[in-house]
Amino acid sequence: MSAHAFLTVEDLHAGYGAGKVLHGIGFDVAEGEICAVLGPNGAGKTTLLRALCGMIRTEGVLRLDGVALPRRRPESVARMGVAHVPEGRGTFAPLSVAENLRLGAYTRRDRAAVAEDIERVYDYFPVLRERRAQAAGSLSGGEQQMVAIGRALMSRPRLILLDEPSLGLAPLVTRELFQIVRAVNERERTTVILVEQNAHLTLEFAHRAHVLETGRVVLSGAAADIRADAQVARAYLGIEG
Amino acid sequence: MADFIQQLVEGLGAGAIYASLALALVLIYRFTGIVNFAQGEMAMFATFIAWQLVQAGVPFWLALGATLAIAFGGGMLIERVVIRPVEGAPELALVIVTLGLFILVNAAAGWIWSFLIKDFPSPFPGGALDAGGVHLSYSTLGVLGVVAVVMGLLYILFRYTKIGLAMRAVASNPASARLLGIRVSGVLALGWGLAALVGAVSGVLVAPVLFLEPTMMGGVLIYAFAAATLGGFDSPVGAVVGGLVVGIAETLAGAYVGVIGSDLKIGVPLAVIIGVLLFRPQGLFGRAAVERA
Repeated sequence: MSAHAFLTVEDLHAGYGAGKVLHGIGFDVAEGEICAVLGPNGAGKTTLLRALCGMIRTEGVLRLDGVALPRRRPESVARMGVAHVPEGRGTFAPLSVAENLRLGAYTRRDRAAVAEDIERVYDYFPVLRERRAQAAGSLSGGEQQMVAIGRALMSRPRLILLDEPSLGLAPLVTRELFQIVRAVNERERTTVILVEQNAHLTLEFAHRAHVLETGRVVLSGAAADIRADAQVARAYLGIEG
Repeated sequence: MADFIQQLVEGLGAGAIYASLALALVLIYRFTGIVNFAQGEMAMFATFIAWQLVQAGVPFWLALGATLAIAFGGGMLIERVVIRPVEGAPELALVIVTLGLFILVNAAAGWIWSFLIKDFPSPFPGGALDAGGVHLSYSTLGVLGVVAVVMGLLYILFRYTKIGLAMRAVASNPASARLLGIRVSGVLALGWGLAALVGAVSGVLVAPVLFLEPTMMGGVLIYAFAAATLGGFDSPVGAVVGGLVVGIAETLAGAYVGVIGSDLKIGVPLAVIIGVLLFRPQGLFGRAAVERA
């Protein structure tokens, strides 16, 4: 599978200043899959996404479809088709929902198609259509997460990075959100990297999963296998059952 | 009554000038979190450029257009050369940098054009419109008109253009804007350019009233600070409303409060600043720092 890897991560080191967080991470992501990255607080999940999108200094190999990702320039990584939905959702609070979505298409020039895509986002998230003129900062946490995902879709990305979308959301809302992510993944063939602490639910929706611990990949495999292996689930993910 | 309305109109005319300099302050504050003490000096320098062009025989409105373009470019250049290297530095360091810029620009203007007072031509005819006993001088009307046009263009820029939307996004959440492919550093430079342009408008408009010299904008800057503070410092609409209110307050206080007269008028903006900071620190239109997470 590594011959056709869509995203290649090899021997990736990254951190903040002198503090190293990732110690030689490696894995592949195939095109069109939902890849879960799991692990406890402080394992380096968010740092991994920041490394991928060029927000922080990295060492090692990062390739998207065979092309090296630019370092330390998130705007250039974004222009290569990587949409990062950051921790905290990156909401433009005083701007309206519709303006937030239009910003997602900032790098595109095809106006007509952008207008169509906004409608498509509203189809995925009907509540956003109702709230399109409202300031995004006034929305609930779940709705803001929808804005963030919708904004990411507006760039017609090849790869979406989702950083803990479940954070602060009710379990039911999270499930609904994951269902939409999977629908997007199936319909648009968009590859998704889903970073989560909520392992149980995430494994239900992901195809493959990698478990991080203190900056290293300690377990990789098909999501269904990891979920089925009760011992693994207990040892690494704290899932009872 | 006619006299009162007369004072009101005069106040609006002065207020429009404060409003445009306040708007320049607010633009930079929103984009970079920097309070630019050099804003007035940048405007003064631009006004000298306009004066030089007019001296060279360029028609006024053409000279104004060229000056605004130069101010825009100069603002971007200052962002690149002076501000970029200290980006993210502590607030006090940034204050010192803009104060340094203040002294630098002021000294440069003095060096090039000397500190002698110069007559700056008014672009408007001298007469006045008589409306029921109220004299609306063409220069006051002209100032109001120019400032209204500038505000309108800025509104259109921010509300209806893609680059304006990107600028608002950067002001709201620069890290998130970068993730969408927006080149934040370019937008910040653009913000400085725009602010310099809007500030230059205030300089050119005030010069015929105050006479042109390197310290011309010192007082105006204080009024503009009062206006921006009153408006909330992060609200462009607030800056405009604040400017008009300060202008009216200043004129009325000067005309009707005997103790104040024209000598103590400068105390009005200071009283406004202190009053706002005491009773409503977020200003009239500013957002108090409360948001749903």
